Amino acid sequence: MGEVLLRGLTPSVLAILVRRGADFAAAEDAVQDALVEAVRVWPADPPRDAKGWLVTVAWRKFLDTTRADTSRRRREDRVDEEPAPGPAPALDDTLQLYFLCAHPSLTPSSAVALTLRAVGGLTTRQIAEAYLVPEATMAQRISRAKRTVSGVRFEQPGDVATVLRVLYLVFNEGYSGDVDLAAEAIRLTRQLATAIDHPEVAGLLALMLLHHARRPARTAPDGGLVPLAAQDRGRWDTGLIAEGVVILQAALARDRLGEFQAQAAIAALHADAPTAEETDWVQIVEWYDELGRLTDNPIVRLNRAVALGEADGPHAGLAALAELDTALPRHTAAAAYLHERAGDPATAARLYAEAATKAPNLAERTHLTRQAARLNTY
Amino acid sequence: MAKYLLLKHYRGAPAPVNDVPMDQWTPEEISAHVQYMNDFAARLEKTGEFVDGQALSPEGTFVRYDGEGRPPVTDGPFAETKDLIAGWMVIDVDTYERAVELAGELSAAPGAGGKPIHEWLELRPFYGVQPTITE
Repeated sequence: MGEVLLRGLTPSVLAILVRRGADFAAAEDAVQDALVEAVRVWPADPPRDAKGWLVTVAWRKFLDTTRADTSRRRREDRVDEEPAPGPAPALDDTLQLYFLCAHPSLTPSSAVALTLRAVGGLTTRQIAEAYLVPEATMAQRISRAKRTVSGVRFEQPGDVATVLRVLYLVFNEGYSGDVDLAAEAIRLTRQLATAIDHPEVAGLLALMLLHHARRPARTAPDGGLVPLAAQDRGRWDTGLIAEGVVILQAALARDRLGEFQAQAAIAALHADAPTAEETDWVQIVEWYDELGRLTDNPIVRLNRAVALGEADGPHAGLAALAELDTALPRHTAAAAYLHERAGDPATAARLYAEAATKAPNLAERTHLTRQAARLNTY
Repeated sequence: MAKYLLLKHYRGAPAPVNDVPMDQWTPEEISAHVQYMNDFAARLEKTGEFVDGQALSPEGTFVRYDGEGRPPVTDGPFAETKDLIAGWMVIDVDTYERAVELAGELSAAPGAGGKPIHEWLELRPFYGVQPTITE
């Protein structure tokens, strides 16, 4: 059994331990230990029932730890009785774990770390490497997160929107490392989609698939950024696009629109265009209008202005842009692009250079500097 | 989730409030200062926000390429170098406000008389990653 399949069993095994009365933090440690043991033992001696094996080993490890703790504590005070198993599950256990790990009392970074460990089954070291922090720091972040949610009842229903925000963060701001966090976010969102029937879960999954499909085309051989219009569309993963579109259409058919479905619809329209010139910008602008009604995110209005520049011409785009706060991220970059399209390369070059100094990451800075240089050296 | 660099200067930052050079502190004051820095780093590790901390010697050398087949040219240190870095700490925090709060705490490290130095620390954001979803 591969590592990913093995990790897929993590939430159900953990939920069984919690249902048997183990506290979440100790059960989570025991499941991690069992996963490590499985990686060590299984290649030579694969079990017939992988999940049963993990439950047995994790439960034994939990009992060992609890007994050691108990005998240590017994000298000081009386130990509470083992808590009785909880009531019969009202909701899917896996779903409950997602809720717990994305609990609103957690900061975004701790919710991300806890989700990747307790739901994703990644080790602390893998998570630390992925986010470029020392393992000791990540270990503390995770144990603090566990303490924060220790008072939350496992059966307490949560808000699926908080879970989606955490998964979106893992997908969108994942660092590149040994673990492919984008693929991991897709796996976790797929798993969530089997645990709950919700159009926004489907919308986020579609959004991830449609963007993941473009990944091979997003980066030049030198590591530079390739913008959407310049991407080699032959390198887009048509299988992922087809899957994303099917999932999105089924979600949209239920007529409960949300922001992830709207974002996915925009991604699908890009995916549908054989060339950049054939993009249906009019529909994209309409989807940005929908998105604007669903959220009050000013970035949406900025993106809409750029889309309007394609649909109705650069002057319409610049007019829409003029109504927005110039301090918005990528405002200057958008203005540079629209000025170039409007036939004013001198202004565009100046704005590209200015935008480069404000870029939020190195790839964008290099890209914007290259745009300024291209216009300055012609 | 964003990384920030807290930069400490030997030279180049505005003068602190408690502006007595370290070589004029008592040994106990130096110990108290070192302890504060260690405790601060240990506390940040516990909150899951510590990434790295390093101190630099003030004695640096400037080096540059001098052409094919020739050894690099070295020069300095230059007394007129305006900006001299003493060390840094890298933190990984949820918000800019949290980064400012932590820099403020680090700047309260005790100096002469056991009083906070009120040292100016430079707070610099790391470049983030290119997000996957941009449109």
